[in-house]
Amino acid sequence: MTLTERLRERISRAFYSHGLLCASYPIPIILFTALCILACCSPLLKLPLPGTGPVEFSTPVKDYAPPGAGPQHGDPGERPDWYVGAPVAYIQQIFVKATVSPWQKNFLAVDVFRSPLSRVFQLVEEIRNHALRDSSGVRSLEEVCLQVTDLLPGLRKLRNLLPEHGCLLLSPGNFWQNDRERFNADPDIIKTIHQHEPKTLQTSATLKDLLFGLPGRYSGVNLYNRRRVVSYTVTLGLQRYDSRFLSSLRSRLKLLHPSPNCSLREEQVVHVHFKEEIGIAELIPLVTTYIILFAYIYFSTRKIDMVKSKWGLALAAVVTVLSSLLMSVGLCTLFGLTPTLNGGEIFPYLVVVIGLENVLVLTKSVVSTPVDLEVKLRIAQGLSNESWSIMKNMATELGIILIGYFTLVPAIQEFCLFAVVGLVSDFFLQMFFFTTVLSIDIRRMELADLNKRLPPESCLAAGKAPCRARPAAQRPAPLSAPPQPHTITLQPSSLRNLRLPKRLRVIYFFARTRLAQRLIMAGTVIWIGILVYTDPAGLRTYLTSQVTEQSPLGDAGLPAMPVPGGVLPAGDPKMDLSVFPSEPVQLSENHTQPREQKARLEPNQHSWAQGAEGRGNGQLELGAEAEVTWGAEDEEIWRKLSFRHWPALFSYYNITLAKRYISILPAIPVTLYLHPQEALELRHPQEASRYQPFLAGSKEPGPEHGAHRGHQDVTLYKVAALGLASGMLLVLLLFCLYRVLCPKNYGQNGPGRRRRGDLPCDDYGYSPPETEIVPLVLRGHLMDIECLASDGMLLVSCCLVGQIRVWDAQTGDCLTVIPKPRLRRDSSGIFDYQEGWEPSPDRKNGLEDSFESSHQLKRLLGPPQPPLFCDQPDLTSLIDTNFSERARAAESEPRLRRHKDSGYDFSSLVGKVYEEHGSSGCRNVNVNMNMNMNMNFPGLSAPHGPAGFSPSDEGRSGPGDEGCDKSSALPSWGGDLESSVWSLELQGNLIVAGRSNGKLEVWDAIEGTLRSSNDEGQSGITALVFLNNRIVAARLNGSLDFFSLETHQSLNHLQFRGGPGRSSLPPSPSLCRGAALRCLLTHSVACAHHKPITALRAAAGRLVTGSQDHTLRVFRLEDSCCLFTLQGHSGAITAVYIDQTMVLASGGQDGAICLWDVLTGSRVSHMFAHRGDVTSLTCTTSCVISSGLDDVISIWDRSSGTKLYSIQQELGCGASLGVISDNLLVTGGQGCVSFWDIGYGDLLQTVYLGKSNESQPARQILVLENAAIVCNFGSELSLVYVPSVLEKLD
Amino acid sequence: MPRLESCAWSCSCTARGRHRRQLGDTAAELAAKVGEMLGSSVSSPSLARAGRGARSPSTSSASSTSSSASSTLNWSQHLVQRSVVLFVVGAFMALVLNLLQIQRNVTSFPDEVISTLFSSAWWVPPCCGTAAAVVGLLYPCIDSHLGEPHKFKREWASVMRCIAVFVGINHASAKLDFANNIQLSLTLAALSLGLWWTFDRSRSGLGLGITIAFVATLITQFLVYNGVYQYTSPDFLYIRSWLPCIFFSGGVTVGNIGRQLAMGIPEKPHND
Repeated sequence: MTLTERLRERISRAFYSHGLLCASYPIPIILFTALCILACCSPLLKLPLPGTGPVEFSTPVKDYAPPGAGPQHGDPGERPDWYVGAPVAYIQQIFVKATVSPWQKNFLAVDVFRSPLSRVFQLVEEIRNHALRDSSGVRSLEEVCLQVTDLLPGLRKLRNLLPEHGCLLLSPGNFWQNDRERFNADPDIIKTIHQHEPKTLQTSATLKDLLFGLPGRYSGVNLYNRRRVVSYTVTLGLQRYDSRFLSSLRSRLKLLHPSPNCSLREEQVVHVHFKEEIGIAELIPLVTTYIILFAYIYFSTRKIDMVKSKWGLALAAVVTVLSSLLMSVGLCTLFGLTPTLNGGEIFPYLVVVIGLENVLVLTKSVVSTPVDLEVKLRIAQGLSNESWSIMKNMATELGIILIGYFTLVPAIQEFCLFAVVGLVSDFFLQMFFFTTVLSIDIRRMELADLNKRLPPESCLAAGKAPCRARPAAQRPAPLSAPPQPHTITLQPSSLRNLRLPKRLRVIYFFARTRLAQRLIMAGTVIWIGILVYTDPAGLRTYLTSQVTEQSPLGDAGLPAMPVPGGVLPAGDPKMDLSVFPSEPVQLSENHTQPREQKARLEPNQHSWAQGAEGRGNGQLELGAEAEVTWGAEDEEIWRKLSFRHWPALFSYYNITLAKRYISILPAIPVTLYLHPQEALELRHPQEASRYQPFLAGSKEPGPEHGAHRGHQDVTLYKVAALGLASGMLLVLLLFCLYRVLCPKNYGQNGPGRRRRGDLPCDDYGYSPPETEIVPLVLRGHLMDIECLASDGMLLVSCCLVGQIRVWDAQTGDCLTVIPKPRLRRDSSGIFDYQEGWEPSPDRKNGLEDSFESSHQLKRLLGPPQPPLFCDQPDLTSLIDTNFSERARAAESEPRLRRHKDSGYDFSSLVGKVYEEHGSSGCRNVNVNMNMNMNMNFPGLSAPHGPAGFSPSDEGRSGPGDEGCDKSSALPSWGGDLESSVWSLELQGNLIVAGRSNGKLEVWDAIEGTLRSSNDEGQSGITALVFLNNRIVAARLNGSLDFFSLETHQSLNHLQFRGGPGRSSLPPSPSLCRGAALRCLLTHSVACAHHKPITALRAAAGRLVTGSQDHTLRVFRLEDSCCLFTLQGHSGAITAVYIDQTMVLASGGQDGAICLWDVLTGSRVSHMFAHRGDVTSLTCTTSCVISSGLDDVISIWDRSSGTKLYSIQQELGCGASLGVISDNLLVTGGQGCVSFWDIGYGDLLQTVYLGKSNESQPARQILVLENAAIVCNFGSELSLVYVPSVLEKLD
Repeated sequence: MPRLESCAWSCSCTARGRHRRQLGDTAAELAAKVGEMLGSSVSSPSLARAGRGARSPSTSSASSTSSSASSTLNWSQHLVQRSVVLFVVGAFMALVLNLLQIQRNVTSFPDEVISTLFSSAWWVPPCCGTAAAVVGLLYPCIDSHLGEPHKFKREWASVMRCIAVFVGINHASAKLDFANNIQLSLTLAALSLGLWWTFDRSRSGLGLGITIAFVATLITQFLVYNGVYQYTSPDFLYIRSWLPCIFFSGGVTVGNIGRQLAMGIPEKPHND
């Protein structure tokens, strides 16, 4: 045990230091790894390319004997292992070249090949009847040739053309059933030859190739044959190798048809080994395994999360595995093991065995390390965390594979060997390559994070209580930075059973999967594949020949392959040049032509020259003597055949060449010269009328030159043109379909909308029809609104300066302003209410009052404003001289102090004042005056202030004095008054406000009177809960106070729903009853937490507190008894949610969300949700919705704790979210709010709130009970009713 | 619920037996061994459909007593979805593995098999699909009956890996040239056990797999005995001796898929 632990310790340490190394020097390590991979893969270059191309091996003809059946001994290096036993067949080709000589100029084009072809019958007869007579008796061809039986049943139409029940002897004569009479009666030879050519794309050897035994374009059987040499072969399949018989045949044929200038080498027998054919039956399982492999890779890499570039890492993972496999093969080759298994077949299994698991585990482990660590340390920690399991897994896998090695089955052993080496190299690559890539990625993510969080203070915002989670500081307006689009990254989930109409679902499916594009892409690929496969340009033969050349098994002595016919025209200039000595003359004649062109034209010109010569000889009947030449290109003409030629031929007789070989004997050259007379005699009567004389059609050699290439190339062009056209048609069709199906969603967002930046869209790329509604804008606050509270009917907001405003949530009227601007209490305790003052800042709703108010203002302010003030904005309201309070705050809590700092963004405030100033000078005065009056009226000295101001107003007793603290310029204010409202709660018509100086106040929302106050605590109230008649206040010093409101009569919710005229009502006598309300401290938990309480929620008789000391506590509301202390976060708690169903969720600065069981106090689940603090948290019956400082809103499945999807918010709108109903989520954006379907993650609607709010991000969203939404846009509130969305949903 | 399932299972078994005899009588068609591999139940598609149709309502009625109607609806819908997915997977695998065997001439086929590859054994994929559906539903069902939800490596990547290994085992059985049949069978048995250990590791999985292998082997013997099809070189009564291993690993694989499907997301694996 101790040994294990020591080992574990050591491994972990080693991994740690390795991780440090990798993260420190990423680039050198990646380079080093790349070098290693290249070095290990270099032996692979020697291997032949994978494929089913045949392999060759040649042996000299001299004393050739078929290899024995058993494995050969001696020379194992030279001899391939397939060269065992007798071949399937020996192929003997008799290569015939025939020409009509001398050529008569009035001959027809058909004369070029008709008479040469006619000689094939004679030749075949000769071969058939050849017999060797020697001492052992008579041996005929029948004895040695390969006897074939029936053709396959599917090939009945070839029954007359291919030999059956006899020798396998193929010649062009088979076209006419080896019957000369038929040939003579055939009016159209070319048609006969081509009638079995496939009309469509050819996939294997054609009948013409089979019978001619050489590629069609070499045969010379066409109407444009200028060389007038016809070549064909008689192909003979032999069962046994009988050297004497063959040599006698060879000598006899040579004797009969001598080829004087033949230079064919005849000393090599070439054995061609064919690999296994992959038919459809084999292809389907293979494809299936590959599909499974891709599914495996897909599902694996999908789990990579929380990294900068998912794709990059997935690619790196795949590269790791693949290159480890390559390295494995390379290393095995290096040490002498040649792979015998089919690489393509075992490859998926190798990948699956090696697996991507380690890579994923590594990524997960690294990602889940604390984000605030340095990248190096994160990598190192992540590595060392997983080191033990990685090592253990690898040891297990190696063990299993080693067991497999002892099965002693060669194939399994080889597989295991590859797998072991692959595993080890995979481990190496994981450690060096993937870790380094991961470190780079993590570093990129950190950088991106840093760039994103511009003001460092804002990171700390979440330390405050939930209601002040938004720092008051305006973030720098994100105008410069492009606004981030709403993107929603959806993870497929059980909840995403779309509920949309079917039609839309189809369209969405199309759009989501980009089906059209992919279909086109796949179609193109398949089409190209077919083109390459059918090989119209002879590309593959070329490749094959290249491969066989490269192959060490190939015949090194072979002459270089000429590039096959698709590249060069059929004629070979070299041959003619070498044969005709008159070349210099030709050269001098054609002096002006470029050399290569001339070289290409040479054969034509040559024959032309001859023709011309013939004509020049005084219209002689006979042309020049043609001469059949043999050149290097005629050597082993069968090589130019498709490599499927022989397998196709043998497969017709149900003989497979897979994994077997044939031996091809050197061809016997036969040269035939035909007399013109013979050609004339053979001419078919119809041909004379049908064809022009040969020369007539070829007066212009230039244009004819292209046609010379034969019909194959034309096919290629035709196919290409057709394919192109059909592709374009398909694209057009799909495009039209696309437009018809999705007329408005794509591509035409309208220019008017564009300027709003990127349109919000959801996962399907679908932007819902956005609407613009004019919200009720609640203006009046001078500074940013900090706290919002509502009970459905009333809305209370509090801004930074401590002004509390009460709004009617239905109409948007400002009902009350606390402190009342002109409210004061005289000695008799009767409020003197001056109307017209209060609504004046509320310009929208109090328009009718504005004139009056300004009038009043002018009246009230005795001396007119000095002109100096007209063009200078009054900034007095912005001056904060209340240093004592701030100093105290600084002492008590540095974190909060920083929040305060961020709260005072002077530039924005000044800017706002300037803006207001600039808009209207005259109104500006009023505004400033109002500001002064609102803020500073108690401080106005007697000369300025209106009559009735008395020093007694400045006393502590006046409720109107409260909250006017910040801007007070007068030191005469008591220090205890200068406190801001930190928390706000509303119930019925009572507002509970907690102040920074620890004072708890209860206000009447309608009348704006202070009903009760309690200042027993000295520490600022960070959070409040107001439930029934119970108030719980959490304080900065971590203590928790329970108050209860006691009153003589029940809190009657009197007519707070006053209309606009409510403020003008005369003061009611019932207001005096306010004195009857008492706020009693019932309990006080002195040290609930030893750090400030940041979050406080109550529901279901439980009170939950979250604190900066990383813990949560659950109290019972009735007796303030602490039930549980919940530990589990590694950072300060920033958000807490509890509801009636006893669901408790908490989010912390560590970015984690914990779900707790309130009954037992145990942690249900723990999710790493955000990078940075969790700023707000709410739950529905099935989901948990959280937002973080990373401006992402994530939706989690409540039961399983899995992330369903996340919504990327715009900068600064991170925490603005609200849940309207169980399946409707509203999020804020730049001047807009968006509605989402929670269950499906669909963006339902985006509502723009007028044009005025465009640049303002919605900071906070509060959902009222009547389904209105209040958005906090800086100092303004917007009240939005969204009936349309609700109609759809409910 | 589990009782109902097993009832349906046994019911379909008997139905299968009857049907088998009919098939044996006609003896026109040949079955691939893979037909039974995935779950050993072969019955006509119509029977299967009837069985499934009968099962779904009974399931819903049974569970409606315990939970609300809506969740029952959901549950039965979920069940149908799962079985459809399993059916498709099973049918597809049968087709593919069938091809693998055909091409190696392990099972003998009529002459024109290449031209009429899919029509000759048209009933094999449906049967395998049904079998796969039954087994795939049975596994999570037994899990929940035993009260221990399967937690080991519950993710799609692992399931894919499992399928790949299963195909690999089939591949090996078809393609590898072994010295003798005992060696081949032992190797495949070890591989199958390795598959179970790597991807399952539950006792219920092992037990069920062995049961499936046993039943399927019995059925196959019966089939071959009746001459529906035959193996080219039988060495274990009428069949190849490695067949039980294949059945076992097939059962484990399908069970793996079924459990993953039952775990939540009725999401199709990407192999069909």
